[in-house]
Amino acid sequence: MSADLILDVDDLHKHFAVRDVWKRKVGSLRAVDGVSFAVNRGEILGIVGESGCGKSTLGKTLMGIQQATSGRVVFEGNDIAGLKPHQSRRYRQHLQYCYQDPGASLDPRWTIRSSLHEPLVVHTELGEAERETRVREILRAVGLPETHLDLYPHEISGGQQRRVGLARILTLKPSVVILDEPTSGLDVSVQATILNLFLDLQRAFGLTYLFISHDLSVVRLVCHRVAVMYLGRIVEIGDTEAIFETPRHPYTQSLLAAIPRIGGPRVTDHFSLEGEPPSPINLPTGCRFRTRCPKAAPVCAEQDPALRPDWPGQQAACLLAT
Amino acid sequence: MTSDLITVRGLKVSFASDAGIARVLDGVDLTIRRGEIMGLVGESGCGKTTLARAILGILPANAARIEAGQIRFEEHDILDLDEASLATQLRGRQIAYIPQDPFTAFNPVFTIGTQIDDLMRFKSPLLREGRLSARERRRADRLRVLEMLRLVQLPDPEGVLRKYPHEVSGGQRQRLMIAMALLPQPKLVIADEPTTALDVTVQAQILTVLKRLARDRGVAVLFTTHDLGTAYEICDRITVMYAGQEVEEAPVADFFARPSHPYTRKLLDSLPSSENGIRGITGEIPRLVDPPPGCRFHPRCERATEECRTTRPPTHAVAVAHDVRCHHPLQDSA
Repeated sequence: MSADLILDVDDLHKHFAVRDVWKRKVGSLRAVDGVSFAVNRGEILGIVGESGCGKSTLGKTLMGIQQATSGRVVFEGNDIAGLKPHQSRRYRQHLQYCYQDPGASLDPRWTIRSSLHEPLVVHTELGEAERETRVREILRAVGLPETHLDLYPHEISGGQQRRVGLARILTLKPSVVILDEPTSGLDVSVQATILNLFLDLQRAFGLTYLFISHDLSVVRLVCHRVAVMYLGRIVEIGDTEAIFETPRHPYTQSLLAAIPRIGGPRVTDHFSLEGEPPSPINLPTGCRFRTRCPKAAPVCAEQDPALRPDWPGQQAACLLAT
Repeated sequence: MTSDLITVRGLKVSFASDAGIARVLDGVDLTIRRGEIMGLVGESGCGKTTLARAILGILPANAARIEAGQIRFEEHDILDLDEASLATQLRGRQIAYIPQDPFTAFNPVFTIGTQIDDLMRFKSPLLREGRLSARERRRADRLRVLEMLRLVQLPDPEGVLRKYPHEVSGGQRQRLMIAMALLPQPKLVIADEPTTALDVTVQAQILTVLKRLARDRGVAVLFTTHDLGTAYEICDRITVMYAGQEVEEAPVADFFARPSHPYTRKLLDSLPSSENGIRGITGEIPRLVDPPPGCRFHPRCERATEECRTTRPPTHAVAVAHDVRCHHPLQDSA
């Protein structure tokens, strides 16, 4: 098990200071509030949750775009959470972050070739010829012809820009790629092409993905395991089939019940979850879901539940779940 | 025929763009009956928002050109009305609008209460009756506003009126938008992707509220969405658009049981599910500057024949109230 462990996150916190107009600290926003999980090599872990649950902050903190407040991130055997950016650079080149639209991060005044060479110039000692070989190899892998190297981003379609953006991430031969909402805003017919590309690349390069998404139906198809986040915590984590077939946490149950299912009973006829998530600046005591939970009992206000590994391949942070 | 609230016939709208003239709507037919929720489904760029805006008469005047067609709303011909009578009689009164993004729809510097008061000053249904004095009307309107905010299930309606738009959540803003659309007692509400910006649990709540209120009040809704699942939830009938043309129209049960246009079929198949796996539609959406002749879907359709490349298919009825524009519609239900 530990042999192929690639990313081990332990009690990670990322808090943002909330300041008033005089810049005095008046509170803190616990965007990521004690998250622990482990990812094995070659695995696709889905991280799902609604907006504001901290899933993007989690990705950015792992990546080092945000400095962690506390906690450990062990990536390929090295703790990278507390390191300064220049110290962690050599570890992090194998940990890559893919924004929602990777094509949008291309410099419009650079040819595709320059854009693809740049990460290699920054991070490696490779000579020009070696870089060119690597770049051509990656470009083929994402399904683009080599003739595109001399074009500028505006000369290719949006879908192709996306592919170039992905190629750029892959030139450094990452082992883990964090995909942040990679399909949101895409039409279903286009979404399928992008998802298949992700899966092909994962197989071809032996990649490990953290797949951050709010779209549960996509996560179900793509991911091996799923972590459900609510207000900065993982409330349930487990094998994809287990989470979708037998969700244990009431929040996961509500989330799944909210997805329209064509041909099934209509959500609008029986949906019961009320309210919206409370502010992460002002968390409820005890279980943070209890203010909306249909099953909340007095004990939920007193104890903050931890993840319980009480089910095969599945853990849930709920006092009452059975 | 009196049950038809609005009929669009042969609507053609083009936009001037750098690349040339884009034919965004190309001969669209659409009928919405009184009190029904009509889903207008299609991918981005298919023209659903343009159609919604044409009905509201808010197409950008400098870029859009209505080339042909007719939009009849009850006894009015919307395309022939001048702007003044459209603004005083129809828009915001008989035809209301719920935008996709409820944040930019509010003015950030006024309280929500002020903005609802402004709406009622011009669009209150009590104005039409004209029996009440201005003061009595304001008092009656205030009660109606609070009543409506309770109906859309906003917690603490009085408190919300004193707040500024940034102080309430996205879901609550969309509830406010629904309330504001229904307050003038319209006959038609145009909801343009009203839940796209919301999370699934909030989306379920909003759809529930919208569906119930529209039913209770007999308001017709034109609900545009790119999400077939959402359309299944709320609609009575569904019209599918592709590249500026409507391709299929059917009652919701029949639509999902017997999709007859190849595009509809492929759209349904591309929904991620364990049976379908991950399947896209090969090819790309055509450029509207030089769209393919005939059926605009033919370059991506394996059933296409010579006929499809030359002439746009007429409307076939494949079942009761189930129309499809295809020369070779799918017959089986599998």
